[in-house]
Amino acid sequence: MFDKLQNSRNALGLIFMLPGAILLVLFLTYPLGLGVWLGFTDAKVGRPGEWVGFENYIFLATDSVTQLALFNTLFYTTVASVLKFFLGLWLALLLNRNLRFKSFFRAVILLPYIVPTALSAIAFWWLFDAQFSVISWVLVKMGIIDTYIDFLGSPWNARFSVIAANVWRGVPFVAITLLAGLQTISPSYYEASAIDGATPWQQFRYVTLPLLTPIIAVVMTFSVLFTFTDFQLIYVITRGGPLNATHLMATLSFQRAISGGALGEGAAISIAMVPFLLAAIMFSYFGLQRRVWQQGGGDK
Amino acid sequence: MSSNTKTANTAKAESAESSGMNFLETAQRKVFATYLPLGAFLFVLLFPFYWMGITAFKPNNELLSRDGNPFWIISPTLAHVKKLLFETAYPEWMWNTVLVSVTATFFSLTASVLAAYAIERLRFSGAKQVGLAIFLAYLVPPSILFIPLASVVFQLGLFDTRLALILTYPTFLIPFCTWLLMGYFRTIPFELEECALIDGASRWQILTKIVLPLAVPGLISAGIFAFTLSWNEFIYALTFVSSSELKTLPVGVVTELVEGDVYHWGSLMAGALFGSLPVAFIYSFFVEHYVSGMTGSVKE
Repeated sequence: MFDKLQNSRNALGLIFMLPGAILLVLFLTYPLGLGVWLGFTDAKVGRPGEWVGFENYIFLATDSVTQLALFNTLFYTTVASVLKFFLGLWLALLLNRNLRFKSFFRAVILLPYIVPTALSAIAFWWLFDAQFSVISWVLVKMGIIDTYIDFLGSPWNARFSVIAANVWRGVPFVAITLLAGLQTISPSYYEASAIDGATPWQQFRYVTLPLLTPIIAVVMTFSVLFTFTDFQLIYVITRGGPLNATHLMATLSFQRAISGGALGEGAAISIAMVPFLLAAIMFSYFGLQRRVWQQGGGDK
Repeated sequence: MSSNTKTANTAKAESAESSGMNFLETAQRKVFATYLPLGAFLFVLLFPFYWMGITAFKPNNELLSRDGNPFWIISPTLAHVKKLLFETAYPEWMWNTVLVSVTATFFSLTASVLAAYAIERLRFSGAKQVGLAIFLAYLVPPSILFIPLASVVFQLGLFDTRLALILTYPTFLIPFCTWLLMGYFRTIPFELEECALIDGASRWQILTKIVLPLAVPGLISAGIFAFTLSWNEFIYALTFVSSSELKTLPVGVVTELVEGDVYHWGSLMAGALFGSLPVAFIYSFFVEHYVSGMTGSVKE
């Protein structure tokens, strides 16, 4: 019996999969389904809900705060992702040059990404303080501005401030993964193109960029995914204020479901994020991945 | 991952050669085009940490004054650290975080090793589909899962316990570690296992005596990454735990150190600094493993 088990791939595979599968089904698959169900109920904390159909979604579609949160999320994701991409690519190109202390630079640059986001967000909160911000202090001393900037007090200032914090946190990830991609490009391409008289820009445009496209697609897909569902930075720095100007879908669902107790409504907001998330992933993945066959890469 | 480890090695060899055409660049140009922007990146990426450090040891009268040089401390103080250690539950939060992170990492790693081996090497029927499902599970963001998960945690009677966190963290750790380890296991030659099978080794012996010793770098990568992810986790810890003495460090600092409108910037920054140091410390020893884990998780 035991020998038979030893030799059966299926039985042994099942046993090996069991611990992970139990945890994932109980705490990932089941809650995912439960979330869809909750979105159609009027569940409150401590009270099982009753089926209300699309009532939550209809209410949310007409709710001005939810509309604003959707706009904020799209704005936040777009601006932050674009900035992260260009700054990250630039940083990766800089790091890919022949530098002294290269491994030291690479190690230090990842620091913003590895420390707890909630804690670095507190540092940004302090840097954006209306009265004692060191950024304002420097600008005043340089004579650029007269009064201290109210970073988190007005809607657009606050939006750009949290975007800055998000970009700060995300650039290292983009840069280091793109750097790994850059290092796989054989230097002989650059030598050959240089001999043919290509300028540095042409080398970048016609050698680096096409060869880097597949990894850019994956990195940006992840980046968009994490930016769209961001929670910590907003929760710590602004809690969605001022006047809900920085509320994202994730922070709004937390406020409605956990602080406000309306589980059904909060779950509906979470589920409403999924189509946008899928669209964003499709866009950044297929939009960039499309070029693979053009390079003769074939289907994956 | 096979391509990944290979690139890491070849990249090192290549970067020495790739200076091939760079001798054409003048020293002056190099300073302006490379070191100046790189210095600016480093300054922006590291400044918040400097600011954390300097605020943590600055007396209140210097913190709340607009005169003088804010970048330096005239009379350093340990008052903020003392307040943090003796007047708040900070040491308990630290202990909770260590406990939760270590146990969650250990369980996830065990489950992931078994799952990855089963998917990659036992090749039970449906292994490919399970592998894909694991990848999809990796893409499910915690911020759309936390509401239904809160209700599951509540139903199981785990609300406000450390066990709730230990059991829910694997939902993002297991997919990540399994995905990473699958890549590592793929690099281990099949022939080794076949030899062992002919010599009469059982699957368990093959896993523990042949595959695992060869996959140690992968195990370290996955372990370090999983530990940092659990240390940095915020939204589950914020939602599932409410009593002060059970909170994890990021949540404790964010929710308990802010009293009304009075911001104790000194102790907040000290809390952020000491909460970041452990991960930064561990990271500094395993930079290469961490980077290969991060880039490996994105590739393929």
